[in-house]
Amino acid sequence: MTGRIGGREPTGEGAGTDAVFTSLLEDSAEELYESAPCGYLSTTMDGTIAKINATLLDWLGLERRAVVGRKRFADLLTVGGRLYHETHFAPLLRMQGELGGIALEMKTAGGRLPVLVSSAIKYGGGGEPLLIRTTVFDASDRRAYEEELLRRRQEAERARTEAEQARAEAEQAQAEAERARKQAEADRARLADTLAVLQQSLLPDTLPAVPGLEAAAHYHTASPDRLGGDFYDLFPVGENLWAFFLGDVCGKGPEAASLTSLTRYTLRAAAHHDPDPVTALTTLNDALHERYTASGDPRYCTCVFGVLESGHDDGHVTVRLASGGHPPALVLRADGHADLLPTPGGMLIGVFPTAPIGTAQTILAAGDTMLLYTDGLTEARTGPTRDALYGDDALYAFADEHAPATPQQTITALTELLDGFGDGLDDDTALLALGVPADPSRTRPTTDHPR
Amino acid sequence: MDIRHRNNVTVTGPADGPAVVLAHGFGCDQNMWRLVVPALAGRHRVVTFDYVGSGGSDLSAWSRERYSSLQGYAQDVVEVCQELDLERAVLVGHSVSAMVGVLAAHAAPERIGALVMVTPSPCYIDGDGYRGGFSVEDIDELLASLESNYLGWSSAMAPVIMGNPDRPELGRELTNSFCATDPEIARVFARTTFLSDSRDDLESVRVPTLVLECSQDAIAPREVGAYVHAAIASSRLVTLDATGHCPQLSAPEATAEAILDFLESLEARP
Repeated sequence: MTGRIGGREPTGEGAGTDAVFTSLLEDSAEELYESAPCGYLSTTMDGTIAKINATLLDWLGLERRAVVGRKRFADLLTVGGRLYHETHFAPLLRMQGELGGIALEMKTAGGRLPVLVSSAIKYGGGGEPLLIRTTVFDASDRRAYEEELLRRRQEAERARTEAEQARAEAEQAQAEAERARKQAEADRARLADTLAVLQQSLLPDTLPAVPGLEAAAHYHTASPDRLGGDFYDLFPVGENLWAFFLGDVCGKGPEAASLTSLTRYTLRAAAHHDPDPVTALTTLNDALHERYTASGDPRYCTCVFGVLESGHDDGHVTVRLASGGHPPALVLRADGHADLLPTPGGMLIGVFPTAPIGTAQTILAAGDTMLLYTDGLTEARTGPTRDALYGDDALYAFADEHAPATPQQTITALTELLDGFGDGLDDDTALLALGVPADPSRTRPTTDHPR
Repeated sequence: MDIRHRNNVTVTGPADGPAVVLAHGFGCDQNMWRLVVPALAGRHRVVTFDYVGSGGSDLSAWSRERYSSLQGYAQDVVEVCQELDLERAVLVGHSVSAMVGVLAAHAAPERIGALVMVTPSPCYIDGDGYRGGFSVEDIDELLASLESNYLGWSSAMAPVIMGNPDRPELGRELTNSFCATDPEIARVFARTTFLSDSRDDLESVRVPTLVLECSQDAIAPREVGAYVHAAIASSRLVTLDATGHCPQLSAPEATAEAILDFLESLEARP
């Protein structure tokens, strides 16, 4: 700025620059109007075109004489643009006096030109509207950009709608799953109730009171929703004569339960007919073999059946045992050691037409307790990785250590042992202990049932 | 529901004057009538309102189902008349509202005693030898134009910032606010307006009817005005020397005068 103060003459390069400026200044307003990089037009209030610049005529491919005084602004628009002009643009312009940046499309020789239009009304001295001045910008690039934006927005909207729908469907599915889960839980609870009732029908409610004898039992159910296959019973078969049995049928669930039921009632009926242990088990073998194995559906059980005879003067009880494939009974003697009662030669009941039955007998004196058990006890998995079996030897040692013990003490100790196995105890386990009290006043039987 | 609030009802003129209800068309709102209301309100009780979805109406009352047919708009008219307990009012309907008026007069004959149809068209689409002036593709183009111009709808949230200090007569009114419509609502109104065919309803009109057309109208050409006049036995046709589809803005004095002439002729009847 300061260099020009004082009116010094421009020199050197500055002279050329000024020449350019001068030529620019000679660009008349008329020239600017005609060749401006935007379209100009003026119309009367009814839209008739009174003036239009060369730029716009060039864009539209029109001759000036075909336009001025002959066409209205709306005539230059596409039909959709004309509708928009009549319903929005013209009313707004009338009400506001000016309007800017409206997107319209104009007809060209080759097609259509997206434009942005701004208009203002020129008013007279009395405030009366005289004419409308309009500027038109080529908006091809901008429209393409806007259309892309619009397309993206619509896509986003569609995606949002779809996501919303998916979410609603997922919620509905979740609600249905929850309903199904509750239904399944209810079904499972009902089934467990049913199974518990059924299971109890396969075991005595309570053990009967046997004069001069104490009895205790425990039943461990491995799974509340599956019927177990272990069973036991104790019942009178004559004066001073009591029968008992304990066993384990093959399989689990309803088939095992029906087998258990058949076994239990067959043994009871057989014992009443003839209390001889071998006869009872032979009858059972015949029944199972005929009912199942002979018809191609082999089912079997292991079972120990015994008869107790009491009424002796010194209170001792004689025991006769028969066994088909069942683990040996143990006797915890009053003097503090344990005896095994092996029944060699016995085979599974129900597999063969004629079953070899093993037998044993013993005498229970005051303070002696005999223990019958199923292999759930000896086959419980132990050790840190649950890969070792508890085993016959450990059980013998356990009995030997706990002797002497009453039947109830024996059952209590073994129940604690079973609880200690935790997850390792995965099969049903039945325990039955029968003993002659050291103190003759203790003869009440006790039963410890599941549930 | 408060109908006056819902439809942004405005009442001017003497309370005991004969009632004139002005119904705006597709595009803007009741401000379309601002230049003719003063002339009409001299002796008449003038009622203007916005259809639900337009102008200052309660947008929460809008539903796509109701406003996807002209019956929904006619229901607005009838409910406004009931709210004000109008009897035998003259319903002035611009553009699509002329056909809305036919439906409203049919639904509530005790409320509406005469019709003024300003640049009416019973059907915008050509077909069956009828010339409405447009094809379905043209209407799609209009919908595209609507998409391109939200007309300040989004900036309507900031009225103070958008004030026009250099145009004090607008006060704090937003630029373009007369035509600022939710894009979704505008689309439904546009489709309902331009895809409806009310030609069969015209014959049922029995009330005195003024058909007011413009000499140059890109939306409702003169042959459409003639069609409407011919179909309504009780109609008279007045052609204004005006251009465009909105004579109440481009020629307000002539429009008001034609309406007042018609109102006077009604009063002269026994």
